[in-house]
Amino acid sequence: MIYLQLFYEFFKTGLFAVGGGLATLPFLYDISDRFGWFTESQLADMIAISESTPGAIGINMSTYAGFLTTNVTGAVVATLGLITPSVVIVILISRVLSRFQNDQRVQAVFYGLRPASTALIASAGLSVMSMDLLQLDQEQLIERVDWMSLALAVGLFILMKYRLTKHLHPIVFILIAAGIGILFGMGS
Amino acid sequence: MNKYLQLFLTFAKIGSVTFGGGYAMLPILERDVVERHGWVTREELLDYYAIGQTTPGIIAVNTATFIGYKHLGVIGAISATLGIILPSLIIISIIASLLVNITDSEMLQHAFAGIRVSVYVLIIHAVIKLSKSSLKDWFTISLFAIVLLLTLLVNMTPVVFVVGAGVCGYLLYVFKKRGESS
Repeated sequence: MIYLQLFYEFFKTGLFAVGGGLATLPFLYDISDRFGWFTESQLADMIAISESTPGAIGINMSTYAGFLTTNVTGAVVATLGLITPSVVIVILISRVLSRFQNDQRVQAVFYGLRPASTALIASAGLSVMSMDLLQLDQEQLIERVDWMSLALAVGLFILMKYRLTKHLHPIVFILIAAGIGILFGMGS
Repeated sequence: MNKYLQLFLTFAKIGSVTFGGGYAMLPILERDVVERHGWVTREELLDYYAIGQTTPGIIAVNTATFIGYKHLGVIGAISATLGIILPSLIIISIIASLLVNITDSEMLQHAFAGIRVSVYVLIIHAVIKLSKSSLKDWFTISLFAIVLLLTLLVNMTPVVFVVGAGVCGYLLYVFKKRGESS
C-alpha cells in the first residue's frame, strides 16, 4: 500500500528533521534514493519552486514530492505525514507549558529564551539581507553591492516607519516590492 | 463566524502570502495574530519560535500549532495547522500537475527579486518591534548580542543557543534568589 508507505516515510522526516523546511532535504534525498518516487533532478526543481511559491518551504516540498509519487492524494498523505509528529509534540509541550506557566522557574527560563529567539530571527533576516545585497560579480569574481536592492530595502523600511503608511498590512509591502522588482527588472 | 473557522481562515491567509517559510511568516503573524486578533502576546510568539526551532518539524507548522492550541485548545491547534498547509497543497498541486517550471518565467524572477527584499526588511522590522518585549535589561541585551554574533559567525544548530539561553535565564533566577535570601 503506497499511501501507507508514503505517510510513514514523511512521518519519519517530520519526526527527525529539526530546524525548519530545508532540514527536510537530506531525508528527501534519502527517500528518492531508496524508493525512486522522484528523481534528484526533480528534487532540485522542487527546491526552486518551493522557495518561490507561498507557504512553508517544508510543506511545499512534501506536497510536491507526494504529488510526483502518485497524485493529489499522495500530496495530501505526504504532507499530513510530515506534520503529524510535530503537531503531536507541540500539543504535548503546550499542555505541559500551560500547567507550569506561572512557575517562576519556567518564567526564568523563558526570560532567557526570548532574547535568544529574537537574535535567531534577526540573524535569519540579516543573512538573507547580506546574501541579497552582496551579489557575486561573475566577471570580476568580487562581491559587489546591489544598489537597486539596497534602495528598495531602505525605501520599504522608511514606509514601514512613516506615520501614514506604517499601518499598512505586510502583504501590501510585499506587493509593492514585487511590482518594483518587475518594473525595474530586478535580479538580472 | 465559527471561531475554529476564523482560526483556520486566518492561517490559510497567512500561508498563502508567506514567501520563504517560517521566519518570513513572522511579520504577518505579528500583525494578524498579535495586533489584530490578540490571540497570543509578543512574548508568547517569541517563545513559540524558540521552542519551534528546537523541536522536530517545520517551524511554520510548529508555530501555527502553538498559536492554535493557545487560542482554542487541541481542535484549535489542528485548525490552525490545516489552515497553514492548505494554500501549499493547492498551489503546489496545480504547479506540479501543469508540469511547468514557473521559475523559468522572467517576470516572476523579477517579482521575486523584489519580494526577497521585502521579506528581509519585514523580518528585521518585526524583530525591532519584538525586541521591545524581549530586550529589557543588561542581561537580555547581552544574551541577544552574544547569540546574534555567534549565529552570524559560526554555523551551529539553533538548539544550542535556545538551550543555552534557557539555562542562563534559570541561572540568573537562582543567583537572584540566593541574593535575596542571604
